[in-house]
Amino acid sequence: MLGEAEPQWVSEEVKTGTTIIAIEFDGGVVLGSDSRVSAGASVVNRVMNKLSPLHDKIYCALSGSAADAQTIAEMVNYQLDVHSIEIDEDPQVRSAATLVKNISYKYKEELSAHLIVAGWDRREGGQVFATLSGLLTRQPFAIGGSGSSYVYGFVDAEYRRGMTKEECQKFVVNTLALAMNRDGSSGGVAYMVTIDEHSTEEKVVLGNDLPTFFDQ
Amino acid sequence: MQHLYRPAAFVSGKRGSSSTKMATLAVRRVPLGGFSFENCKRNSVLESEANKVGFSVPTARKTGTTICGVVFKDGVVLGADTRATEGMVVADKNCSKIHYISPNIYCCGAGTAADTEMTTQIISSNLELHSLSTGRLPRVATANRMLKQMLFRYQGYIGAALVLGGVDCNGPHLYSIYPHGSTDKLPYVTMGSGSLAAMAVFEDRYKPDMEEEEAKRLVRDAIAAGIFNDLGSGSNIDLCVITKGNVDYIRPHDEANKKGVRRGELEGVRLTGDYKYKRGTTAVLSKAVNPLDLELLEESVQTMDTS
Repeated sequence: MLGEAEPQWVSEEVKTGTTIIAIEFDGGVVLGSDSRVSAGASVVNRVMNKLSPLHDKIYCALSGSAADAQTIAEMVNYQLDVHSIEIDEDPQVRSAATLVKNISYKYKEELSAHLIVAGWDRREGGQVFATLSGLLTRQPFAIGGSGSSYVYGFVDAEYRRGMTKEECQKFVVNTLALAMNRDGSSGGVAYMVTIDEHSTEEKVVLGNDLPTFFDQ
Repeated sequence: MQHLYRPAAFVSGKRGSSSTKMATLAVRRVPLGGFSFENCKRNSVLESEANKVGFSVPTARKTGTTICGVVFKDGVVLGADTRATEGMVVADKNCSKIHYISPNIYCCGAGTAADTEMTTQIISSNLELHSLSTGRLPRVATANRMLKQMLFRYQGYIGAALVLGGVDCNGPHLYSIYPHGSTDKLPYVTMGSGSLAAMAVFEDRYKPDMEEEEAKRLVRDAIAAGIFNDLGSGSNIDLCVITKGNVDYIRPHDEANKKGVRRGELEGVRLTGDYKYKRGTTAVLSKAVNPLDLELLEESVQTMDTS
């Protein structure tokens, strides 16, 4: 007699159903992400930091399959280390994004992960690159993950050119809070990384410190 | 009478995941979480029907695993239940799910038993060679990288869900590793079908920097929660306490499910799992003896070459 011998999430792939965002300001970038990792209906990690360092001043935000995204980030981290030793200076953000894009494009059919690459370098300052499906495009800001669908309207309406660092950080936290409220696959705490010429600052915004909106 | 020879069946005792799924003929709305009471009425009707004919309703069967780990002040404590199942049958009532990786690193495994066994042995072997090459005690992060890269290479076809813990030069570390190759570094982790029950205990009582006794009690309770509340795990609780320079492999830590002791009716003597019955327990109705007339045809001696 065959029956459902185990709960579905035991054999389900682990996904970072997620909200990620990166935005550029004059002199740097701000990246933000939620912290929920799910396998089916079960949350397997409620505090995962999806902002992964590729280099000192270049970070990437992970979404999609946890295994695929982690593996791409670790591979590019290694490749960037080698590259920066070869050129004997800090790598450009475009180089990091190109390395991510190369893997995403070549293994397009096999992988299901989307990484947003953002950072600061000496030549172009703060830059944000989207690498969805293997394309490479520089954008003033980028959002991704399952929760991003709920906040396209918000970011399109609220984004203004020439925001300061503090305004960008507020923008990121607000976007994450809204998406985490509406998307079942996003939640937990909000991680934020601010990269500029002088420093790389990592920050955690705990659940009850997130901004609240009309329905709370 | 024909003798049908079956070659020794190579079964991989499975713990945790079974790949059978029930096919639905009619699609209703998406099942909600929590216990579904929909079939209770049907079950009671079936039960009464079965009892009328003289059959009894089959009882619930257990499969699966509960494994977990926690970081405390001086190290890590790993815990596991000890039941291995093969479909609907318990293949091993007291198997060991905590595997050796290196003197300071141990790994609990859930999922397909063969996969967890072989994966941990392969990485243990590679790690020993690596450690000889570096001349240093291996680090938990190294074992984690090796495991995740191997599992990713096989794209989830190796069904090994692992809880890796150990103490190295950078302190105590605990990782959970999923079959597709993603890992999480956390202060407390659970895996297997009983992981939700165990995680409930952890989320309630975990505190950072616990003492060893407190941590052992917490892990024991978490595994017990998995054993008793999950149609998933059973038997005893194994613990492994790893601190700097010392490993306590406590097997079993807690015999949560001791096998019952039978009393022999006739003598009133304790029989501990003895299946020998006295002559006359079963009545003999008739006896028939057919002597076989065998003729000795040939006798030959072949000396063994023992040089």
